[in-house]
Amino acid sequence: MTSAHVALKGVTKRFPASAGGQAVHALGPIDLSIRQGEFFAVVGPSGCGKSTLLELIAGLTPASEGQIEFEGRAIENEIPDGIGVVFQEDACFPWLSVRENVEFGLRKAGVAPDEKARRVRDAIAMMGLGEFAPSYPAQLSGGMRQRVCIARTLVAKPRLLLLDEPFGALDQQTRLLMGDEVLRLWREIGATVFLITHALDEAAMLADRIAVMSARPGTVIDMVETHWPRERDSRIVEQESFGATTSRLWKTLREESMKTMGRSAAAT
Amino acid sequence: MRRVRLYQVGVIAGLLLLLEALCLAGVIDKITMPPPHRIAVDLVKLLLAGKLYPEIGKSLANVLLAFGLAYSTGIVTGTVLHGYRTARETLDPLFATYYAIPVFAFYPLFIVIFGLGDGPQVLIGFLLGVVAVIVTMLNGLDRVPRVLRKTASICRMGPFETAVHVTLPFCAPYLLTAAKLALAYAFIGVIGSEFIMARSGMGYEIGYAYTNFDNATMYPLIVLILLLSIVMNGVLTHWEKLLLARRGQR
Amino acid sequence: MGDRAKSLRNTIVLIAGLLVFWQLMYAVIGEVAMRSPWQTMRYTVTLVETDFFWVHLTNTLQAFAVALVLSVVLGLLIGFALGLHRLSAEAMEPMLVALYSIPKITLYPIILLAFGLGMSAKIAFGAIHGIIPVALFTLNAVRSTKPILVKTGRVLKLSPPAMVRSILFPAAVPEIFTGLRVGFSLTLIGTVLGEMFAAQHGLGYLLMNAIGLYNVDVIMSVTFLLVVFAAGVNGILLAVDRRLHFRV
Repeated sequence: MTSAHVALKGVTKRFPASAGGQAVHALGPIDLSIRQGEFFAVVGPSGCGKSTLLELIAGLTPASEGQIEFEGRAIENEIPDGIGVVFQEDACFPWLSVRENVEFGLRKAGVAPDEKARRVRDAIAMMGLGEFAPSYPAQLSGGMRQRVCIARTLVAKPRLLLLDEPFGALDQQTRLLMGDEVLRLWREIGATVFLITHALDEAAMLADRIAVMSARPGTVIDMVETHWPRERDSRIVEQESFGATTSRLWKTLREESMKTMGRSAAAT
Repeated sequence: MRRVRLYQVGVIAGLLLLLEALCLAGVIDKITMPPPHRIAVDLVKLLLAGKLYPEIGKSLANVLLAFGLAYSTGIVTGTVLHGYRTARETLDPLFATYYAIPVFAFYPLFIVIFGLGDGPQVLIGFLLGVVAVIVTMLNGLDRVPRVLRKTASICRMGPFETAVHVTLPFCAPYLLTAAKLALAYAFIGVIGSEFIMARSGMGYEIGYAYTNFDNATMYPLIVLILLLSIVMNGVLTHWEKLLLARRGQR
Repeated sequence: MGDRAKSLRNTIVLIAGLLVFWQLMYAVIGEVAMRSPWQTMRYTVTLVETDFFWVHLTNTLQAFAVALVLSVVLGLLIGFALGLHRLSAEAMEPMLVALYSIPKITLYPIILLAFGLGMSAKIAFGAIHGIIPVALFTLNAVRSTKPILVKTGRVLKLSPPAMVRSILFPAAVPEIFTGLRVGFSLTLIGTVLGEMFAAQHGLGYLLMNAIGLYNVDVIMSVTFLLVVFAAGVNGILLAVDRRLHFRV
């Protein structure tokens, strides 16, 4: 099972000049091949275009050059079927209850009503939201709201799950617990996971492979394999190789981050 | 919460009692204002007699018409305008200055153009309200988080579905605020116009009663208009609060 | 800098657009009921040269000035008094909002009965339009002062007047100014409206008199002057308002 589930070939992204500004070369060229069922993470200094990369793969924004393929089909400015995204920001619809929020994920799926009800119930149960189904997002904590968004994504049974710093707004303990949760889901649903994060330990703990991105324009400057077993959880942070991976990531990123800081220091 | 209610009831009761006492003591003479209890009795009599129902109905119909026109036009214009940045920026100074302009000053002009009928009154009510609806709508649309639009895209929704299932529900509290404003302005526009110059309607009847020193008609009618506008406003405010509470905003 | 150039451009485009619209309306409706922008401005010049126009203008401005002073002073007093007391603020704010939204026009006969025809009725009518927005904005501005600022004042052991003078007032200035701007506009509208219903002097009276005489020239010119004055002053106040809010 090493066929490429997602493939990027020479992908770049440039933003056109806004009034009075210059055109921005945000990303690339990037070549990537993500395997079927893999847990893939991307880390990089802030502003390197990580989130843009995710939006390119999700079809939310078109690439300037190059090609992106998902399951062998090119993504051209259209949201492909079988993709789910969890964003960093709170994306719960505040006017819908937890159950209605989760149902929203199936609105366009064309599933029969009883099948729909079953899948919504399963997704809610899987994220441990059962007793909160009739509640409104405002009554839940940030971590619980993020679970609602994950359930809403899972209910559509995505084959590729894109996570854009999904735990960025949560506190450290909740992050670790959510990490375990995501690992469990990844094993259960068998989807490919693509995680964007700025937290090195998070990437080192969760992913099979980690791409390190350079400062803008973001390119892949290092690729780290973790060789974790498929059955794993947050306790692997105690292992020696966890420390080795994290420090390798940090070493590469530190140099990159220094460059960015030097640039902004020179600019002022 | 109960203390707040008590306070409010206290203030209103206090003011009414004060007025009652002043009237009964003769500080406020009978020609200026009958005592509040008298007004209440007159109002009941007026409503039971039913003689003024055609006038009341006509005014309310015009208010609703002005409201409906301002509300629908405002929402459509606001939604469309939200998509055109340059047009919106050009109109911004107009929106910012609009409520400084005495729109009633145009009423004589409208009468000259359209004749003395319902048209100019509804037009004034419409003109007063429509900009408030547009501005509120733009304000609401500005606040739709980008992530919610992205979520709709990921769920493969088109522009129309996104508007129906994401953007408009998000703006629901703003839609209610806009309704309140449009309603208040429709009242002001229609009743005010009837007052300045008209041949029928509640505003006209008030003016007529005033010139004939008919306090038994004038005061109940004024109170009726105030009550109607306060009650309608109150209902919408209550609804708005329910929506906001569900979203955890006050 | 770019922003200022842009807003200037927008204003010019807008004024040009409104003039074109006006001219078009004139073309459609015609001489019976309207005048073109150019005719209106020419007549306005001759109107401004007459003595009787100045009598009416001074009368309106006097009434407006007194009404404005009343609106501001009473509005600020009410706003501060209620805003400083939590229960009062909570209870009175919705009531003020309700008062703000009622058609105050219907109160005019009562004002006339109470004050009689003339200056004081106009002033009272202008003031009831202006007081509520000033009070409402002030109340909310005072109420929403950052608690940390108030705590700082208490740690410094400021007396209540000193607290208002050196913390609550300065912190609330931008919002209060917005209230004053809205109050200004509404007081003007109220005053002119008052003149339209019943008065023997003032621009509002001039307007109503002109319609009685079917004098389209006067209707157009007076309406034009009122709009230009209201829009002009509001533009200046708005610029100050934006600067004050930017400060934070």
